[in-house]
Amino acid sequence: MNTQVNIAGVTLKNPVMTGSGTFGSGMEYSEFVDLSRLGAVVTKGVANVPWPGNPTPRVAEVYGGMLNAIGLQNPGIDVFLERDIPFLKQYDTRIIVNVCGKTEEDYLEVVEKLGEEPAVALLEINVSCPNVKEGAIAFGQKADALYRITEQIRKKARQPIIMKLSPNVTDITEMARAAEAAGADALSLINTLTGMKIDIHRRRFALANKTGGMSGPAIKPVAVRMVYQASHAVKIPVIGMGGIATAEDAIEFILAGATAVSIGAMNFVDPYTTVKVIQGIEDYMNLYHVENLTDLIGAVE
Amino acid sequence: MKEKNMARVLSQQEIAPRICDLWLETTMAAQALPGQFIGVYPENAATLLPRPISICEVNAEKTALRIVYRIAGQGTAEFSGLKKGDPVDILGVLGNGFPLEAGRGKRCFLIGGGIGIPPILQLAKTLEAEKSIILGYRDSHLFLAEELAKYGKVYAATEDGSRGTRGNVLDAIGENALEADVIYACGPMPMLRAVKRYAAQRGIRAYISLEEHMACGVGACLGCVVKTRDVDPHSHVHNARICTDGPVFDAEEVDI
Repeated sequence: MNTQVNIAGVTLKNPVMTGSGTFGSGMEYSEFVDLSRLGAVVTKGVANVPWPGNPTPRVAEVYGGMLNAIGLQNPGIDVFLERDIPFLKQYDTRIIVNVCGKTEEDYLEVVEKLGEEPAVALLEINVSCPNVKEGAIAFGQKADALYRITEQIRKKARQPIIMKLSPNVTDITEMARAAEAAGADALSLINTLTGMKIDIHRRRFALANKTGGMSGPAIKPVAVRMVYQASHAVKIPVIGMGGIATAEDAIEFILAGATAVSIGAMNFVDPYTTVKVIQGIEDYMNLYHVENLTDLIGAVE
Repeated sequence: MKEKNMARVLSQQEIAPRICDLWLETTMAAQALPGQFIGVYPENAATLLPRPISICEVNAEKTALRIVYRIAGQGTAEFSGLKKGDPVDILGVLGNGFPLEAGRGKRCFLIGGGIGIPPILQLAKTLEAEKSIILGYRDSHLFLAEELAKYGKVYAATEDGSRGTRGNVLDAIGENALEADVIYACGPMPMLRAVKRYAAQRGIRAYISLEEHMACGVGACLGCVVKTRDVDPHSHVHNARICTDGPVFDAEEVDI
């Protein structure tokens, strides 16, 4: 049985990775999971300088999921390169670094510094965080802005780039095509869906930021639909995510057209989710006599 | 070593209106320290996240762990229906406990307010010091007060004046002319702010246990941060994670 997949020339031992922002830089979950089992670890978004993030409350539970408005708190690229990359290098897994910024220059500065670090296999560019006021989402909701930032980053990046797309758009295929046309090597989707919760007893917003990004099993059907649409609109590989809780969920995304999948909010619910999904995919392949995992990609009829 | 595994309910009873006392059989009891907490999972898949609940007590054999919680929403309402023998998934042991060395052999205030009282019990059992235990309640339901009295002198304050001092924990300290070298406290934010001020005015060290809405409980999601006086060594901004850097902090070091 061969569970390997290939993203822009980078081979992953299996298609299961972690959703940015749900796994820290791997350290917090290394007590629960052998990181060497994972296809890749995708880190929390990192900017050129430390970001303090949003006021609390930053998280709220909703039916079958959660809202978050962390605001991309991160220690900045210099600390990240000194502390988090050496930690991750101890494991036999691919390192994918999620990059965030407020301006084009911010992104380019981070991308340039990451270019010096050969242990980083791929860059995931966050142009879809709904929780920061400047930048980020502004680049990810208009096709022409997405095209421009993708083109600039592609010129500067030494590693292949994955553009992480927002679901908060009218037509996901338009965004997917714009990123591909500008030189993106892969796409990942979906980032969180913008939502809101109100505490009726206190008559206040549940989050200090008022709005937050919704994740968790409740968003999965929306994500599967968008992965299907995007992967049929472009030739580059698509990494699917959004509410994956089980191997069955992951296989659904792969059949819809995803080359790999990410486990996000479910890490918070069950810290062992990633390895359970990997095991479950192998069980499925045995059950249906699937020799190569790649045979399943987009295999829905 | 943190883990998620299944515990068994040993007993449960309501000890005050909407306040439940739950004993769980779990291997986590062996390593639990006063001031640490566990995440308790509802079975209903619509309520996904573990509920952070402080550890109230550990039995002598360290095979069972007690939590005392308030029914505050769907998750805790579900827990209140748990019966002897029922399985329940828990995540733990989480966070750092109260620093016991700081108070050893000294005059200590152990202050608990409302649903912040439970972790004070294991602290009172463990801490070797001259202990004044000051408890703040809404009304005459003085849950855990009798048990706490085994480990130190208990002073109660009630908002409605039905028992003890009318008012809050600081009113009880004043009325009884109590003094301390070190303070340990857990309770609602207004109480903790008042304790922080009280300690700062007198130059006393105070260790306060904070709470915040949490998702992961293990330091990954950055949901439960508190503002810090200094740049935090992990985050490199003025934010510490309550779940992993706390929940107990030196009051001087956090901006609450």
